[in-house]
Amino acid sequence: MSAVLFFIAAIGAIAGAIGVVTLRNPFYSVLALVVHLICLAVLFLLLRAEFVAAAQVVVYAGAVMVLYVFVVAYVGGGEQMLGGAVLRVLGPLFALALAIELCIAMLGSALKGVSGKGAPYVSGFGTPAHIGTLFLTKYLFPFEVASILLLVAAVGAVVLARRRRGLEEPDEQFELRIRAPRPAYTGTMAEAAGTRIAETVPEPERVGDVSTHEGGW
Amino acid sequence: MAIGWYLSVSAIIFCIGSAGVLTHRNPLVILLCLELMLNAANLALVAFSRMWGGEDGQVFALIVMVVAACEVTVGLGLIVAIYRRRMPIDVDELNELQG
Repeated sequence: MSAVLFFIAAIGAIAGAIGVVTLRNPFYSVLALVVHLICLAVLFLLLRAEFVAAAQVVVYAGAVMVLYVFVVAYVGGGEQMLGGAVLRVLGPLFALALAIELCIAMLGSALKGVSGKGAPYVSGFGTPAHIGTLFLTKYLFPFEVASILLLVAAVGAVVLARRRRGLEEPDEQFELRIRAPRPAYTGTMAEAAGTRIAETVPEPERVGDVSTHEGGW
Repeated sequence: MAIGWYLSVSAIIFCIGSAGVLTHRNPLVILLCLELMLNAANLALVAFSRMWGGEDGQVFALIVMVVAACEVTVGLGLIVAIYRRRMPIDVDELNELQG
């Protein structure tokens, strides 16, 4: 049973990975990665890592992939561009060499456990309670470093992706509406509040200038 | 299943990811392929944790997930910023920092 499940999940994971690399549209690549991540979560369950599998599905396939889908929809993705002629040949060759090297390393390893089924199963292995205990005792420092890293990444993403000149300048649409040519002293709220100076000469060039303004840096 | 099977799946996924990183020019797809490589490392970590019967590998798999989430956040923020400046989203064209 576990062997059948392993082969289904492994084939799914490898097919998802190949789909990520070969599909033309980045949107489909993201969907292939979701398939890959879910198959990988099944493999984690087979390795008795329940909490890691749950985190994989919730954090990766849930949150991170939604972020990817949003950015692909925003940027537009478009056709996938492949690299230059040199890299297009050398890249797969390098990957093949890496695969051969990893196979040699695995076959030549003297680890007896690699060909075995692993340590005997202890009740509670891989449950959130055990992982949490490890995080708060033995691995407290990596835990704190990870939280600081998350904070830095969140602040960095906001700084990188925010719209420049967002809050400092007055709203362009509001400006346009106030500056629209209309007869003087017709009793607008803007005049009463003193934000609009009564002017009889319309400013068409000002309107054109404002309408071509784009947000950005 | 023997642990060696899991390790070979991990190795295959890692190689596919590295081939993708080398051949693609769209930074979005490069980030996706980086995710593949990190996930392959995660699978190896969890497999070794099962092999030795300790949860330490799973702890580090979770920390790798945190690092991957940070990398995705900053990378996608960069891509959005590049898109806002109307620059081409292509790692071959964005070479002004090359020196």
